[in-house]
Amino acid sequence: MTILLEINDTHTYIEQYHILQGVSFQAKKGEVSVLLGRNGAGKTTTLRTIMGLNPASKGEIIFNGVDITKKPTYEIANMKIGYVPEDQAIFNGLTVEENLRVAMRKEDEAAMERQEYVLNLFPDLKKFWKKDGGYLSGGQKQMLAMARAFVNEAELLLIDEPSKGLAPIIVEKVMEALVEMKKETTIVLVEQNFYMASQIGDTYTLIDDGKTIQSGLMSELIHDNELQHRYLGIG
Amino acid sequence: MELLINLTINGLSTGMLIFLLASGLTLIFGLMHVLNFAHGGLFAWGAYAGVWFYSITSSFTVALIGAIIVGALLGFITERLIIRPVYGDVVPQILITLGFMLVISEMLKVVWGPNQIAATVPPALSGSWEIGDVLIIKYRLFIILMGFLVFGIFYYILKRTKIGLIVRAGVINNEMVQALGINIKRVFLLVFMTGAALAALGGALMAPYSGVIYAEMGMDFAILAFIVVVIGGMGSFPGSLFAAILVGLAGSYMAYYVPDLSLAVNMIIMVLVLIFRPQGLFAVKG
Repeated sequence: MTILLEINDTHTYIEQYHILQGVSFQAKKGEVSVLLGRNGAGKTTTLRTIMGLNPASKGEIIFNGVDITKKPTYEIANMKIGYVPEDQAIFNGLTVEENLRVAMRKEDEAAMERQEYVLNLFPDLKKFWKKDGGYLSGGQKQMLAMARAFVNEAELLLIDEPSKGLAPIIVEKVMEALVEMKKETTIVLVEQNFYMASQIGDTYTLIDDGKTIQSGLMSELIHDNELQHRYLGIG
Repeated sequence: MELLINLTINGLSTGMLIFLLASGLTLIFGLMHVLNFAHGGLFAWGAYAGVWFYSITSSFTVALIGAIIVGALLGFITERLIIRPVYGDVVPQILITLGFMLVISEMLKVVWGPNQIAATVPPALSGSWEIGDVLIIKYRLFIILMGFLVFGIFYYILKRTKIGLIVRAGVINNEMVQALGINIKRVFLLVFMTGAALAALGGALMAPYSGVIYAEMGMDFAILAFIVVVIGGMGSFPGSLFAAILVGLAGSYMAYYVPDLSLAVNMIIMVLVLIFRPQGLFAVKG
């Protein structure tokens, strides 16, 4: 399978702190690659580094054969990479409709069809179409953030902890949507909920202390209780 | 009653001039998180440019358009050379914009001399109407109408256009706007130039209102504009209109009824807002 995203020995500083100290992994086209690790391991920073929000100081990030390591964030996003941050970053003062519109690169007929398709993935959003993002519940905000990242055709989606702080029934809905999105695009997912990660992930990368510890098939990790216990505190 | 109407017109016209200065300031702060102390200097440059264009063309329309262009160009230079290198660094921003304010104010003296310059109201807008016992000065009414017109245009742009939507989103979270594929630096530049043009328009309208212009005039109005931004809520365009009218009216009424408090009233309003609603009356929802 073709490699869509390749991260090689990436280092990132945030102010004086050396957060990523050698992260490497690959994401293959059409797969869900899950980044796993304890809190503070560097998973979120890895996604932010791919997006250029915390640029890498060393290493390389190759997307679709193009080196994006030093590109500005907006150029990276325009290469059809969607991003759902950990805090969702909904524009609370804008309506649900406006949150999607601000993300849409075009507003032609095809874009409207795409919007309709995305809204069918997250039907709850239609009910709150004219409501400010600030009125939404945590689960609805998560759906809006995912819809916003997917409202343009995306070759790659970077999704940071979509289940965080959500009720189990909402997590189920988010998971159903992810399964649908997986049919269309490649996903790099940061997820603490190992059950969810194992259900939809094809491959995993374990990150600890800002370094890649191990990568492999999710089906193998599911049966490796020792690895789960050592790096994820489960099993 | 006629006194009250006159005081209200005076207050509204002063409020509109403050609004033109504060509206740019609030958008610049809200979007770019830049406290631009040089904004008053752009206002003064607008006043000088307006008077100069009027003196050579005798057209007030050309004077206003000329001031807007000068303001936008100065905004371009300020953002590119002065502000851009210090994005995200608050202390250098304050120092460099204060310093730039002094530089551009002194440059006015270099170009037009150190003395005050007289500014006249264009004939079509001079004089007044008498309605009963109420005397309505035409130029003040013109300023009020211009203020509402500018507000209407920009409110429409912010609410109904894609660029307005991007600016509103950027005020809430400019990092996320970039992650959606928008070149935020271009948006910053556009907003900065627009803010500078609005300040310059305010200066050009102010010149005939006050009758004289001088290099330091921007600082006096900039302080009022900062008060308005705090009262209205950082980044709120409607908030800056409401607060500017409030400050203008309060100043006008107090100057007549309680002159001793006329200078302090704006500070009192600001302190009350900071105590009871520190995010401002029309805070932008993050």
